[in-house]
Amino acid sequence: MNNTALELIQGAFPGAACEAVIDSVVITVQPAEVEKTLSRLKNEPSLDFGLLLDVTAIDYLDYPTKQEARFCVVYTLRSWAKNLVVQVRIPVADPEVGIPTATHLWESANWGERETFDQYGIHFQGHPDLRRILNHWQFEGHPLRKDYVIDHRQVCYESDSLEKEIKARLALKGVDDATMKDINTEIMFLNIGPAHPATHGAIRILTALDGETVVANVNEIGYLHRGFEKTAEQRTYNQVIPLTDRLNYCSSMMNNVAYAKAVESWLGIEITDRAKFMRVILSEFYRALDHLVCLAALFVDMGGLTNYWYLYNEKESAYDLISRLTGARLTSSFTRIGGMYRDFYEGWETDLENQLQAIEKGVQDSLGLVAKNRIVHDRSQGICVLPGDRALQYGFTGPNLRASGVEFDLRKDSPYYNYDAFDFSVPVGSNGDLYDRIMVRFEEIFQSISIVRQAMKMIPKGPVNVADNQVCLPPKAEVYDNIEGLASHFKLVFEGVQTPAGEWYDSFEAANGELGFHFVSDGSGQPYKCKVRPPCFYTMGGFHEMVEGEMIADAVINLSSINIIGGELDR
Amino acid sequence: MALGLEAKLGESVLTTKLDVVVNWGRQYSLWPMVFGTACCAIEFMSAAASQLDISRWGAEVVRFSPRQADLMLVCGTISYKQAPILKRIYEQMPEPKWVVAMGACASSGGVYDNYCTVQGIDEIIPVDVYISGCPPRPEAVLDALMKIQDQIKGESVLEDRHKDFKGILD
Repeated sequence: MNNTALELIQGAFPGAACEAVIDSVVITVQPAEVEKTLSRLKNEPSLDFGLLLDVTAIDYLDYPTKQEARFCVVYTLRSWAKNLVVQVRIPVADPEVGIPTATHLWESANWGERETFDQYGIHFQGHPDLRRILNHWQFEGHPLRKDYVIDHRQVCYESDSLEKEIKARLALKGVDDATMKDINTEIMFLNIGPAHPATHGAIRILTALDGETVVANVNEIGYLHRGFEKTAEQRTYNQVIPLTDRLNYCSSMMNNVAYAKAVESWLGIEITDRAKFMRVILSEFYRALDHLVCLAALFVDMGGLTNYWYLYNEKESAYDLISRLTGARLTSSFTRIGGMYRDFYEGWETDLENQLQAIEKGVQDSLGLVAKNRIVHDRSQGICVLPGDRALQYGFTGPNLRASGVEFDLRKDSPYYNYDAFDFSVPVGSNGDLYDRIMVRFEEIFQSISIVRQAMKMIPKGPVNVADNQVCLPPKAEVYDNIEGLASHFKLVFEGVQTPAGEWYDSFEAANGELGFHFVSDGSGQPYKCKVRPPCFYTMGGFHEMVEGEMIADAVINLSSINIIGGELDR
Repeated sequence: MALGLEAKLGESVLTTKLDVVVNWGRQYSLWPMVFGTACCAIEFMSAAASQLDISRWGAEVVRFSPRQADLMLVCGTISYKQAPILKRIYEQMPEPKWVVAMGACASSGGVYDNYCTVQGIDEIIPVDVYISGCPPRPEAVLDALMKIQDQIKGESVLEDRHKDFKGILD
């Protein structure tokens, strides 16, 4: 329980209902109070919640206990300097009327509220651009409402032109139809994606160009929206783990760990020490792999194909190691609620060390080509700059935020799994340009490798799963030999891990930034709601500010430098 | 022993069927257009990287312009939002063209049986070879490539393939 945080919030808002849930404080306010509450939370120096992590809503239509209103909007805020998380819950009586927007306080509210509107149909008064974001424009209804049938499919016949949006963005930059006629150069519209190699997946980037300079930019996402959250509501907690693999598929294991950690935090389970160390080792190993793919693709975009071979070949050989451990190359599904799928195999330590050395060599070879390369420096220094305060405004986290000079890393600031026992540093950039984002990732690879080595030295022996038949499958001998074991096995497989009713948020430092899970449980073995706080989504929301005023070729590298992964972006 | 016309022409000239010559050329110079949307695209990257090296099948000239490609590899989930784009890009590819659905999602919607995912790209465009797996191993991409090559061997240059196909967007 987070008592000081609770006292702080309760002291600031004496009239509001506050409670502490795990590491966060939940405060419930009425729609009339939203504006005041949010602006005080953000602007008062003693509170200082400068980072809006996520916006979502909850539909209580099928919830067993009666709630104040059918819908409830939740803003998740973080004060990065004080390391506090607060969730502001607002009951919404009428979704058509909705609640006032928070876009004037945080830029990240723009996309967050659009998603809530798209998925739940809740109106945000005063939102500058309230339209669908994940689902297509011909879609009718709101899929995350409980009365929307999961397999009610709606066909999209043509893509949205985005003409209105780019014109509005141009007007904001002071270029309207009249000036376009006046000036000598004509504004050219250039559409990149959603099926373009430079978009690394399916993102649509529409730019208005003056020569080769980007004057205005709007982006369309949702092309890889696969309904993770709706599907997760139909499955037991353990059955969701394979779905989490497919969020950020370049570092699937980190999603597994983040998800299991979030569920365990609510169950109040302390996993075994060995499992903790295994999770650290595998997470850090995957962090290095994730950065390898990001950098490999970035240098291809910059024209340095050799780097791709140096970096990607190590990733490729790491897949062999991973498939020896998990049985799969890409989609690991290696954690379970309460522990891991299984222990390391015999000989893992040597295999891992060989792989780490190979990665170090690959990265060093690549750095040899890059570190003193004039072309790389000219193309990355001072390009696509986003200062720290703007990055926070857009809800950046992880390496992208640290490249902008904000020293925030959950592993340091809110350590879990004994991270405070490891000796590692958090690389921070000084300008927030492309160069910083590249170099922060290079350095994080080395730091992660160092953590893996330290953890391999410290890892204790012992079981990898908690000895609790309510959470983890009992050993096979028990299942076959006694009725309690058999019953627990049966109940766990069919009904899932039973979680107490309630709502909670838990976060994890993934390769791309803060990966959070916001759950609502109705007391059964299936999540009533499972919302992912994807780091990519909010990073992409700030893309236009990074590229406007830059060259079109730099915009392409910028997209690789912020490492957008479709599975996580669109879920 | 040469018979008929070939006996008269001697060893300097070979006669064969037009289909055989054309198909031989098509088989070993497939130019893939990778329609990569999700996890499967990462496994395609592995198939193209040095270890497995797709160029051993003559298919290393990966084009991202559909107008220069004749083999479409759909790697990843196709959502209804993406579907019109997939169809348009397929139509931009010149004939003859072949399509591989890589992975469970492209083949059948896979694990995503929900409101936003197309339940197999054959609802939209005709598919020649399906690859199972979520995601498939890169070796499976090579296997699919060989299946396409086998299929090409038996085709006729005079026949217009899939002209009767009708998808949900047609």
